[in-house]
Amino acid sequence: MVATVVTDVVSTSRAVVRGASAAKAGTSARWAWLWSLGQAIGPILLALLVSAALLLALGKNPLTFYRDIVSQGLFNKGGIQDTAIRMAPLLLMASGLIVAFRANIWNIGGDGQFLLAAALVAGAGPPLIGALPNALAFVILCVTAVVVGGGWTVVPAYLKARYGLNEIITSLMMTFVGVNFANLLIKGPFRSTTTQVPQTDVIPFKELLPRIPGTRIHVGLVLALIAVFAVHYVMTRTAFGLKLRVLGANPRAAAHAGLSIPRLTIVGFMLSGAFMGLAAAVEVLGVWGYVRADWNPNFGLPLFALVFLARLNALAVIPLVGFYAVISMGGHFAARQAALPDDFMLMIVGLILLFMTLTEYLAGRSERGGYLSAGLKKALGKGGGDE
Amino acid sequence: MTNGTPTHIETMTSDLLQADGVRAGATAGPIGPAVEVREVSKAFPGVVANDRVSLAFHHGEVHCVLGENGAGKSTLMNILSGMYKPDSGAVMVEGREVTIDSPRRAIELGIGTVYQHPTLIPVFTVLENLMLGEGVGVRLDVEGGLRALDRFAKTLGLEVDPHAPASRLALGQQQQIEIIKALWSGSKVLILDEPTSMLTPQGIEELEKVISQLRDEGLAVIFITHKLHEALDLGDTVSILRGGRVVGSWGPDVVKTKSRSEMQALIVGAMFGEGAGSLEDVAEVRDGVTGRARRRGLPNEPVLELVKVSVEALRGEVGVHEVDLTLRRGEILGVAGVDGNGQRELAEVIAGQRSMVGGDIRLCGESIARAGVGRRQSLGLRYVTDDRIGEGTVGTLSVGLNLVLKRIGEEPFWRGGRIREEAIDQAACDLVEGFDIRTPGTETRCGTLSGGNLQKVVLARELSFDPKVVVYNKPTYGLDLKTTLAVRDRIRDLAESAGVAALLISTDLEEILDLSDRIAVLFRGRITGIVDNAPGVERHVGELMLGGDRGD
Ligand SMILES: Nc1ncnc2c1ncn2[C@@H]1O[C@H](COP(=O)(O)OP(=O)(O)OP(=O)(O)O)[C@@H](O)[C@H]1O
Ligand SMILES: [Mg+2]
Repeated sequence: MVATVVTDVVSTSRAVVRGASAAKAGTSARWAWLWSLGQAIGPILLALLVSAALLLALGKNPLTFYRDIVSQGLFNKGGIQDTAIRMAPLLLMASGLIVAFRANIWNIGGDGQFLLAAALVAGAGPPLIGALPNALAFVILCVTAVVVGGGWTVVPAYLKARYGLNEIITSLMMTFVGVNFANLLIKGPFRSTTTQVPQTDVIPFKELLPRIPGTRIHVGLVLALIAVFAVHYVMTRTAFGLKLRVLGANPRAAAHAGLSIPRLTIVGFMLSGAFMGLAAAVEVLGVWGYVRADWNPNFGLPLFALVFLARLNALAVIPLVGFYAVISMGGHFAARQAALPDDFMLMIVGLILLFMTLTEYLAGRSERGGYLSAGLKKALGKGGGDE
Repeated sequence: MTNGTPTHIETMTSDLLQADGVRAGATAGPIGPAVEVREVSKAFPGVVANDRVSLAFHHGEVHCVLGENGAGKSTLMNILSGMYKPDSGAVMVEGREVTIDSPRRAIELGIGTVYQHPTLIPVFTVLENLMLGEGVGVRLDVEGGLRALDRFAKTLGLEVDPHAPASRLALGQQQQIEIIKALWSGSKVLILDEPTSMLTPQGIEELEKVISQLRDEGLAVIFITHKLHEALDLGDTVSILRGGRVVGSWGPDVVKTKSRSEMQALIVGAMFGEGAGSLEDVAEVRDGVTGRARRRGLPNEPVLELVKVSVEALRGEVGVHEVDLTLRRGEILGVAGVDGNGQRELAEVIAGQRSMVGGDIRLCGESIARAGVGRRQSLGLRYVTDDRIGEGTVGTLSVGLNLVLKRIGEEPFWRGGRIREEAIDQAACDLVEGFDIRTPGTETRCGTLSGGNLQKVVLARELSFDPKVVVYNKPTYGLDLKTTLAVRDRIRDLAESAGVAALLISTDLEEILDLSDRIAVLFRGRITGIVDNAPGVERHVGELMLGGDRGD
């Protein structure tokens, strides 16, 4: 008891003072990049090691398992294209998370924003694409998705901006409502009359988003990459991005500097939701062509880990999302081969998250700074004071 | 605000003694130094903060460490308190070489620290913060805690609601709580990093009494300050750091035998080297400053008017009640008072960071009651906050960006919403040079700067770009002697030559006497009197500050 309290005091004051003086590497800055690299890759390697032990315990050969993942997800000609296709919505959602997290806005309702936008795109898609030139229909559908995704954040955004309500709770509640509302739409007004299972009408394969010539990869991936670069540019080079970062790093300084915190909160939140919506449009229009009731790819959760591993740097997210896409596409295959449930992949991702947190703690101990901005740390309750 | 008598303090400290067995060993009279650093070095990217520092801190001695901003004082203390690991060198405690790899280890070794910036947990109450370290038994002994706090508070002349969340306290009050916290659990070595920077003269006097008492109990006290007279009053040993090195250290044999002025000359010479010039004869170095006469013939042109301004008091604060103030063009109006009497509330309501419950504020005749913070800034109103870490700067951003933090999106630093790094860098370099900010570069993360240099960043930002009216809250807190004088000159200069009106809120009466034309006194959120500055006015102001003479 005494010990824990003392540790608490000490670690808190340490966090405060570390934040206050923002201790940087004591050793030479030349090796800093190596350290960051290790910090990003270390947790992944450790997670793979532990998973290997688990696989062994389950009587599976981990080497075969990992080989299956890599060969299917990376080296198989069709597989790598699947991987690339999977990256498109992930990159867009990651962009949305980065915008929010940088501003210390915890938009954890991304899946709700995604699914609701997906339902509307899938519902409105077939008739629109039938009636209008494809390009125009795509634009209208994407805009719809952006508006829906962004719009679904208005309630938590307003409650946070106006009354300081915790957006983690409100955006999660909006997700419950959103997911069920999406199902209601699919089972109700958008339900296809031609199928047994409740789902929307299907957009014919050749009417989906155009492909990158010579591949099966749809142009949504290009859009996603553009979005990532745009987010990186906005966050690092523009006044708006800096304002969001100031808000995220030190809300009191933002108020002191005369920034409009309510406005920034609402705009940042909506922008984040808009990316979730766009991700849905790209996934529905590029891959599926329809949405089935109760469909939920749960993209959001593992992405949290990835964007923090990337230290909220949009460009660093690209290889990490690529890596994750390889694991998740190859993992399906490998899990099937090894007769394991699909959830095994989620467990590996969970382990990565765990080791990441551990690395964060150790990094803190050695004064090297961690993944989290000070504002986020505060939000996580890891220590007060500071910026 | 009763004065703690020596007997009072005695009871307090002997209580501490009983509460803590460690101290008994200290009084038994060990021979070697309590703590010693040998050839300790610590480098950060771009700076060597400590360069082969060797110093010994003895039991029963107050060891004052002085040095200009960025000299490496806090770094050395952070090494002793387990925050930083030295790159090389040895730390000895009671003659044994130790590795202090965490603050917890430092506490185990009996080293208690009051850091330069508050480390209280904002959401916890004062009492909870103080009792964090206890945790013996299942329940906290709240009654006992309250009694102990009461005793400490009386001794330091502090009035504080034990159940107020720490975040609501004025920084000066937080600092006092930190001091109490370090004394609370008892330690053999007490490190105080600029503990007096926010205290009033009375508070400092009380603190000095407590420290002397602790020294007599056998503690080794390490005392960092920028105020020479404090070092001369308290120090048994005085050491000077400069550029990370020890450039002077005088033991009791020297300090006790030399006269005050001889010591002053030695200290100032070592601290600033060639640049010291005639600093020694400046008023600030001398004791007992008196007011200077109010300047005559100022234009009678009000630029800032507060009419019956009231601010709601949140828990732990006093609020502001029907304050009437008029600030004329080029005038410096001092606001004296003990910290926590509404200074922050007053400054924030003028800056627009807090809403009024009544009254009106006018800038150059126009009401700005409904204008936001940004709007007031663009009208030429500036606010030098006393909370440089909490709200004054963003530690994770570069020094350059912090210098233009209040102009985000504005020409010439941004154009069409896009950043123009050359323009920012240019302006930042000029400010870094103009305000003598010691930093490896403008790209350096602001949070790594030393306390005083951080203060210079805040000042540089607020005083550039055409201010009209500046609200200063403790503008020179944490600055070294030379910089303090330079900043005061600048405040005076801006007022005299550019007509910039200044509302100078400070707990440092001497500063107010030195700069102000008129002096208002804030007590419990009310203005208890406004007097013209003049020689001999300090007695009257001092009485007003303690709430005497109300309705004068
Ligand atoms: N965590 C850090 N990372 C990088 N540089 C640092 C860090 N802490 C201190 N420094 C640098 O080390 C030097 C010494 O800083 P330190 O805080 O010890 O000064 P100081 O003597 O306490 O000054 P002040 O009187 O202003 O408080 C400064 O140049 C500062 O920029
Ligand atoms: Mg310092």
